[in-house]
Amino acid sequence: MTTATAPAKRSAATPDLSRAALPLRRRAIDLTARLLMVLAVLAAGVPLLLVIYHVLAKGVGIVDLDFLTADIPVRARVAGPGMGPAVVGTLIITGAAALLSIPLGVLGAVYLNEYGKQSLLARVIRTMADVMTGVPSVVMGLFILVVWVLAVGEQTGFAAALALACLMLPVIIRSSEEMLRLVPDELRQASAALGARRWRTTVSVVLPAAISGITSGAMLAIARAAGETAPIVVVAGTVTWTNWNLFEGNNTTLTAQIFKNAVEPFEAAHGRAWGAALTLMMIVLVFTILARFIAGRFAIKNR
Amino acid sequence: MTSVTSISTLIPGNASAMPTSSARTVMQLTDVSVFYGAYEAVRGTTMPIREHQITAMIGPSGCGKSTVLRSLNRMNDLINGARIQGTITFHDQDLYAPNVDPIQVRRRIGMVFQKPNPFPKSIYENVAYGLRINGIKDNLDGRVEKALRDAALWDEVKGKLNTSGLALSGGQQQRLCIARAIAVQPEVILMDEPCSALDPIATGKIEDLMHELSRTFTIVIVTHNMQQAARVSHYTAFFTAEVDDKQVRHGRLVEFNDTGRIFTNPNDKRTEDYITGRFG
Repeated sequence: MTTATAPAKRSAATPDLSRAALPLRRRAIDLTARLLMVLAVLAAGVPLLLVIYHVLAKGVGIVDLDFLTADIPVRARVAGPGMGPAVVGTLIITGAAALLSIPLGVLGAVYLNEYGKQSLLARVIRTMADVMTGVPSVVMGLFILVVWVLAVGEQTGFAAALALACLMLPVIIRSSEEMLRLVPDELRQASAALGARRWRTTVSVVLPAAISGITSGAMLAIARAAGETAPIVVVAGTVTWTNWNLFEGNNTTLTAQIFKNAVEPFEAAHGRAWGAALTLMMIVLVFTILARFIAGRFAIKNR
Repeated sequence: MTSVTSISTLIPGNASAMPTSSARTVMQLTDVSVFYGAYEAVRGTTMPIREHQITAMIGPSGCGKSTVLRSLNRMNDLINGARIQGTITFHDQDLYAPNVDPIQVRRRIGMVFQKPNPFPKSIYENVAYGLRINGIKDNLDGRVEKALRDAALWDEVKGKLNTSGLALSGGQQQRLCIARAIAVQPEVILMDEPCSALDPIATGKIEDLMHELSRTFTIVIVTHNMQQAARVSHYTAFFTAEVDDKQVRHGRLVEFNDTGRIFTNPNDKRTEDYITGRFG
């Protein structure tokens, strides 16, 4: 008599479930694939770590409070600090660019995903945004030089902010649209069924659900803009003292100073360039952490 | 008459329903056809929705019952190319008249969806949302509590109103969606297969809840589950899909009657075949 618990007798031998029992060919393929993946991670990670290591090694001895606040020496061969004007310039120019491009970009994405959808206008805007992402930054600098700097008659920090905003805008539009697309339609329907108008649904349900993704996209755009050199040199000129006024007079940024100091033949200038590079990295890092934190507060938790 | 499912039960919430013959007609569909683009999804539907009664729409997949349901509060407006022919009235007003604001319609005719879809907000905010968008600011706490109590969810969530609605179980999420819908005090609640994603225990709770709610609200429910229709509804509309001479499928209302009659003594052979399991 058999009971339900008795194992069914199917084969005489116990099946070997160990990996070693697999055919050699499959194990070889498995090993090769693993090796390739590790190599790919190393190929991507090693250069990144080397850059960070290099900037840290050369910059740590140079960056101090004095370096961050003091004016830039007028003569490049002079040793010592600082980069104050460039720190201020980077902060206000990138900040102004963010203020210009983030609201516009997010609103553009809202239009594309919530209102325009597949209409002709929306499709044209989408294509144009994709094309704009590929425009080299120096071309954007020349564009602002022609339509703004020549019209106003002066190189200003604001002109640089405009150029950066133009570079950031398509990135923010496209990344925000992708995030809005991920918000499930069920939520929009639930809101509509309660008698919410479309703007209300967008503001109260769709945007909060997508806020952390939108923030990530905006941060990437800001980081990219903070790292731009060419348009700054073209439309903001360069300056060695701190200029808090965006709308009057030349300005400068860390990237412009890295470029300027790195091409000098003097050791002191090279040191300042490394210091500026480290400062820029730290600024981007701090803002990324800050943005994550703020988005985390705004975002509605899932658990 | 061959053996037909007994009305009284097959487990879940087992209150049997007797229609109130004196109930007023709140909504009236007259020769309603719904189109998606050029395709006629449902053809020529005429039926009433009676006040404080539960009206069930049953039928096989693709028979257009959900489509008809969504046309009752103009949710189909959100689908590109959807339009209707015929008239749907709500208190004798044409819902599709050009001067009617669909937002106002949806504030009076709420909806609960097939898949529980709470907002990714706290339990409290899920229920308060409808109140806020309708400009109600006084006594929010009291109104939220009342809606949650009426949805038979209060005792399970009263200690964690600030946790996310998504952390609840499927059945609780669906009751949260019902609380959200009733918080704004609509007249009619449309339910699109509200239990199809739930287990029998959660289903039973929601069916009992529907009975409670029908004292205050008029309910229209779409369901795949015939026993559910038999258990909860006062009136039943049986839809089926027909293929016309051009080989195009259309949904059609076959029969509308008291639930008791539909399940014991249907007029139409197709209804009988469906509910006895010979088809669909």
